[in-house]
Amino acid sequence: MSFIFYVLAALSVAGALAAVLLKNTVHCALALTAAFAGLALLFLQLDAQFAGFAQILVYIGAVAILVVFAILLTRGSETPKDGVYSRNWPVGLGVAACVFAVLGWAVLHSMFAFPQGTSAVPVVTVLDIGNALMGRYVLPLEIVALLLTAALIGAVIVAMHEKERPK
Amino acid sequence: MISNADQIFVLLQHWLVSFLPAALQPVAAVLLSVVGIVAVFPTLFALAVWMERKGLGRIQNRLGPNRVGPFGLLQPIADGIKSLTKEDIVPLSADAVVHFMAPVVLVVVVFMGIAVLPIGRNMTLVSMDSGLLFFFAMGASTELSVFMAGWSSRNKYSLLGAMRGVAQMISYEVPLLMSSVAVVMITGSLSLDKIVAAQNQYTSGLPHWYIFTPWGLAGFVMFAIAATAETNRSPFDLPEGESELVAGYFTEYSGFKFALFFLGEYVGMLSISGLGTTLFLGGWSAPLSILGVVPSWIWFFAKVMLSICVFIWVRGTLPRMRQDQLMNFAWKFVLPLTLLNLFVAALWRILGDGWQRWVVCSAILLLAYGLMARIGMYREHIGPRKYRYAE
Repeated sequence: MSFIFYVLAALSVAGALAAVLLKNTVHCALALTAAFAGLALLFLQLDAQFAGFAQILVYIGAVAILVVFAILLTRGSETPKDGVYSRNWPVGLGVAACVFAVLGWAVLHSMFAFPQGTSAVPVVTVLDIGNALMGRYVLPLEIVALLLTAALIGAVIVAMHEKERPK
Repeated sequence: MISNADQIFVLLQHWLVSFLPAALQPVAAVLLSVVGIVAVFPTLFALAVWMERKGLGRIQNRLGPNRVGPFGLLQPIADGIKSLTKEDIVPLSADAVVHFMAPVVLVVVVFMGIAVLPIGRNMTLVSMDSGLLFFFAMGASTELSVFMAGWSSRNKYSLLGAMRGVAQMISYEVPLLMSSVAVVMITGSLSLDKIVAAQNQYTSGLPHWYIFTPWGLAGFVMFAIAATAETNRSPFDLPEGESELVAGYFTEYSGFKFALFFLGEYVGMLSISGLGTTLFLGGWSAPLSILGVVPSWIWFFAKVMLSICVFIWVRGTLPRMRQDQLMNFAWKFVLPLTLLNLFVAALWRILGDGWQRWVVCSAILLLAYGLMARIGMYREHIGPRKYRYAE
């Protein structure tokens, strides 16, 4: 746990908190981007170059833009002065706690999955990742691809002009 | 055959660093390289602006800048001083923090992309295993700054320009990435150093640049189209279309912040030209094996400046596209062709050495191009043009 880790962790947590607490929706989206950037830098600090750059490319380059577009295209960026609060926030809290519990359980158990004593950082090149994706994990990859294609077609159908039906 | 002139900057860096204590040396070496990049690219930016104004002037039958210095060469310096002394106006209703952050984010991100480009033999600032991915990650982050600038200005022209800009950049990022993936498939690495090393070979004096293969040529053309759109250059400069949006997303910027946007745009152009050079034009390798005596960094910058000249030429020649044409072109023409190009690149690798792969790959690409162009023309009902004179 180095000094850099604490700086990056503070950046991520502050970004995430700001994303929840700020009143203007577009500010929230931008704060979320800062949180994404903090996470990407954390990946880089762990020598996971591919994951870190993919995080920047996908989350900052695409997801953040998508969020911003969704905000601007649906209601406009004008928000009431006292902010937007959901009435059923306890449900959200419950869901968040469940997700956190699952993640925490996974992280705690991952310690035993690796053989102890090999504390050195494993050298994972992009080539290894590619081989793993095309070899061992090819089925999950294809399932994700199918899912995304279905989503893409669905989006096109939703956006398509409906033809006038003859009455 | 590595001469001292070729390695002059590397040797200079080693010599300067050797004066410092050993503990400081790695940090000082990196700092020196960064200073070099931050000094060289804005100089090239000034040169590119001068070339653009002179070149456009030539194309439009006028003189261009000719008052400051010989041939107007010092005009960029005069412009820089002018933008420093001008008042920095922030609109009253603007979101001050985001308004300030946007140009800063743009310039920082654009300069970071240059870090992975091999600008000469042993002259990559950060030699990364996934350098190409880093470059694209930085390129994708510029979209955010465009949005921040447009949204925070609280101006309808700015917002419209930003929305257009972001939509265009996202659309053309897909073909940009896809055309580069073909290079990655053939080289088998995301490292830009390895991509250059793979092209830096010669058979009977001629280089193995990727542009001299069917898939490489097609990939380069599509890369160039996507790069033009990605940098918001004419004919894809709709986000800053003067006739309808004043200046697009940076309408409300003045003084040095405006200059920063200008700098970001041109350095972005330089860096994406550098990437195109690295991927398809052999990076810093010489065009003929006997020309290898000329330092490698001269070749890199010569190729980059040549690409800039093409950018200027295209800007002076082609009219601006319409928004729907822009989107249809990206998704219905360039993207399918890049996907086909991936298939062709795989075929190129499978077929092995020999003349067959040249015939097969060229035939597939030409056939697809001809067919798609024909279908597109047919759908748009574009036939031979008929001229009606006084009848």
